[in-house]
Amino acid sequence: MRRFLLKRVASALITLWLLATIVFLIVNVLPGDVGRKILGPFAPKEEVAAFNHRLGTDRPLLAQYFTSIRRVFTLDFGNSFQSGQDVKSIIFSALFRSGKLALLAFVITIPISIAAGIFAARRQDKLADRVVVNVGLASSSIPEFVTAAVLLSIFCVHWKLGKVFANPPPGTSVIGQLEYLLVPAMAMVIAYFGYIARMTRAGVIGALQSDYARTATMKGLSDNQVMRRHILRNALGPTITVISVQIGYLFGGIIGVEKVFNYAGLGSTMLTAVGAKDIPVLQGAVLLVGIVYMLSTLAADLLIAYLNPRVRLETAR
Amino acid sequence: MTITSAPATTAALSVEDLHVTYNVRGIERAVLRGVTFHVAPGEAYGLVGESGCGKSTTAYAALRYLPRNGTISSGRVLVAGDDVTAMKSSQLRSFRANRASMVYQDPGQAMNPSLRIGRQVAECFTLLGQPDKQAHESALEALKKVRIAAPESVLERYPFQLSGGMQQRVVIAMALAKDPKLLVLDEPTTGLDATVEAEVLDLVRMLRQESDAAVLLIAHNLGIIRSMCDRVGVMYAGKIVEEGPSHQVFDSPQHPYTVGLLRSLPRHGVRKTERALATIPGILPLIGTDLPTCVFVDRCPIATELCRTVEPPEVPVGNVPGRFTRCHHSDRIGDIPQEPVNVDIAMLAPVDDNPEVLELSHVSKTFRQRGKAIPALVDVELNLAEGETLGIVGESGSGKSTLAKTMLGIESLDSGGLVSLDGHGLQASTVRRSAEDKRSMQMVFQNPDSALNRAWSVRRILLRSVHKLTGIKGAEANKRVEDLAEHLRLTPRHLDLKPRQLSGGLKQRVAIARAFAGDPRIVVCDEPTSALDVSVQAAILNLLADLQSAQRTSYVFITHDMGVVRYLADRIAVMYLGRIQEIGLTDDIFKGPHHPYTEALLSAVPSVDGEITTRIRLDGEIPSPANPPSGCVFHPRCPRAIAGVCEVTEPPLVEVSFGHAMRCHIPLEELRVLQQGE
Repeated sequence: MRRFLLKRVASALITLWLLATIVFLIVNVLPGDVGRKILGPFAPKEEVAAFNHRLGTDRPLLAQYFTSIRRVFTLDFGNSFQSGQDVKSIIFSALFRSGKLALLAFVITIPISIAAGIFAARRQDKLADRVVVNVGLASSSIPEFVTAAVLLSIFCVHWKLGKVFANPPPGTSVIGQLEYLLVPAMAMVIAYFGYIARMTRAGVIGALQSDYARTATMKGLSDNQVMRRHILRNALGPTITVISVQIGYLFGGIIGVEKVFNYAGLGSTMLTAVGAKDIPVLQGAVLLVGIVYMLSTLAADLLIAYLNPRVRLETAR
Repeated sequence: MTITSAPATTAALSVEDLHVTYNVRGIERAVLRGVTFHVAPGEAYGLVGESGCGKSTTAYAALRYLPRNGTISSGRVLVAGDDVTAMKSSQLRSFRANRASMVYQDPGQAMNPSLRIGRQVAECFTLLGQPDKQAHESALEALKKVRIAAPESVLERYPFQLSGGMQQRVVIAMALAKDPKLLVLDEPTTGLDATVEAEVLDLVRMLRQESDAAVLLIAHNLGIIRSMCDRVGVMYAGKIVEEGPSHQVFDSPQHPYTVGLLRSLPRHGVRKTERALATIPGILPLIGTDLPTCVFVDRCPIATELCRTVEPPEVPVGNVPGRFTRCHHSDRIGDIPQEPVNVDIAMLAPVDDNPEVLELSHVSKTFRQRGKAIPALVDVELNLAEGETLGIVGESGSGKSTLAKTMLGIESLDSGGLVSLDGHGLQASTVRRSAEDKRSMQMVFQNPDSALNRAWSVRRILLRSVHKLTGIKGAEANKRVEDLAEHLRLTPRHLDLKPRQLSGGLKQRVAIARAFAGDPRIVVCDEPTSALDVSVQAAILNLLADLQSAQRTSYVFITHDMGVVRYLADRIAVMYLGRIQEIGLTDDIFKGPHHPYTEALLSAVPSVDGEITTRIRLDGEIPSPANPPSGCVFHPRCPRAIAGVCEVTEPPLVEVSFGHAMRCHIPLEELRVLQQGE
């Protein structure tokens, strides 16, 4: 198990390095110099050069590359071009906000959609199953900004149950924040329900058709016991993977939802940074999303290894 | 009126006029068409028949476990007097937990892959009401009862960490946890090695003496049924067509289907040079087909108008209780014609003067895994004459398939060895061999499903092979494909079908046609018939013999079936842990004196003729090639090993008589005495 863990962490670090390299390349492959891009075509040459010098973008590429790699591992991205604030504090407070929203969305989605998937699998091809499958398909095929806009106009504008602006004022209590966050979270729940439910359903149906499920039934276990003791452990692997990928995705911020509710999460922060050509913020935010993504897949891999001894024992050999 | 040896009231299992349908695309289709039989307590009853005849459905219906689309439409199943078909779900659970068990084919899949063995076995005992701690102790006892090695450590392991034989022991331990009244075994040894199969069957025999459970055994291997069962029912298209004590049914079958099944087996040491194997013409009717009269009428060689109009009743045979055949004409069984000899026997005559086509000298193959050398083949010396068949036998892990792959260049042999074809050395790897060399050596695989491109028609599959192997294109290639199909007895209609539209036997024909597309000199066949029913197997073996006599092709034939290899092979090589332990003419290998390993392989085969074979049993499993034993690699399992000699030096492969070589320290004469003395 320890060996498995070391291997996974090592590969995560390599991924992180690749990500940092790719971000660096993307920023530097753009033609023209950075100072010119930010200050615009009408800025005087000297000012551009001075600006570049201040940013460090006039140094040799290799030196810049090493700086940027070092920044990834120290999480020190310098200051924002736009506001001069420390990038770390900008992106971490955005991450915190995104995290709150994502967490709320997942606390609701995971139990509901896994339960729905199991429910549907046990009634395969019957009416209840078809309903779950089709509702799931519909819910995940509507773009989340559409759902968000519809929910906004129904719940926040018409019934006034939620707030149109999702940013709670500082000092709002946890319960109080729910009033702000619940409706945008619902938009995310709707977007992800179908995906997770269908994945669970497929996994459970596969496991129900397995020989070991037959053995368990023939032992005299009830359907619920078979499900709890034998099916779920083996059936949920793909679901866990899907959830972990989506966690990374959600933390990155669903820009559509954040825009509709005017929420200053990571997504909006990145969007603003792009508009303002604020490269340090963009770099930091992209890498932060990458790190969250990696941590969540790492957690999923560990969970799967815990559930499945074959993964744990064979890859460790 | 049904005649049975066990009246319904006292029977442990009574299946009464059972009808089961499967719903396929909204239509209920009949699978079982009135199955009736009874099994007494302590009795073993076997069901035989080809795949699709309904024997597994019967077994599962007996425990009321049917696929989602299956329904018991009428009839009853009584276990010790209780109607299983009428039970409520809570009663059914308690029935399964307390009174009936099942042992499955493929034990590796039958256990939960992510739970420890201990927990899975203990679960059976907690269902009987034992507290966790006691259940755990009971689980250990259960494993001891099935004589598993190191039971304490097995409890802590996961299914994938056990060998096939150990897995099946665990499944049996779970089945016996409750001291069942009814034990259903569904192909319990299919997929296991013959030596492991013998061990598992011995275990079941021994456990039967300790219990009065009624046993229902499903197997396609008639030898297993004969050696395990008191009575047997022969199933065809959802009906039992013949029933009786197993030795009587197998020795003097009274239904044309039973006769066909038995004649299609290579038995009594028959060889390809003596006669072709019988086949049953036609195919099993699809499920749901309307069969108002005799179910076998369309394939029966002695059917009359009566058979097409009146359903045959159960006709008693002799005065044996419970012995019947469902045939109007059981008095005319002797009229069933023997298969005409369609193999040109002269062409298959011994091959002494034939030129040598293939020679392997000092062929070794070492795999490397994490820096560790794993010798899979060790110094193999072989030759193959034109038109000759060399059988290769041995347990899984003995190196049979590696040998085949190394010959073909799919695996590259170690340096120092050489594979020569018609006197010239071949490149080690297929990709470096010339087109001509590739054309000359072809392979037929065990599973035609994965060997044929499912998206292509048969014609396209064969056209590609013809083109790739011979370079012929266009109309000429098409002509060649049609000739090829005709040789392989495929009709032009088959050419336009896709593989999934063909039966298993036809698919294997296409796979053979593919191998023959370029007129190969050598065809390597890796278990080509092991997935097929016996009558289909017979047709494929006949075909292979036919093609050989017409084209002088040489075969390397890998199999675990001793009957098949005896029928088809001219010479046999017995492999163990990557070494040839014995090689010689088929008669020498079978008649002995043989290498102790060969002796063990031969005695592991349950005979359908009820012959008593010398039984020597192998303990344990084939060792890992990564850590071969010292001295003779077979010595830890050899019942005849000489202490102080066999574990010290490895015996060389020595010619003991003309063309017969073995690797054994015991002199030939001594082996002869030892092997005749028992």
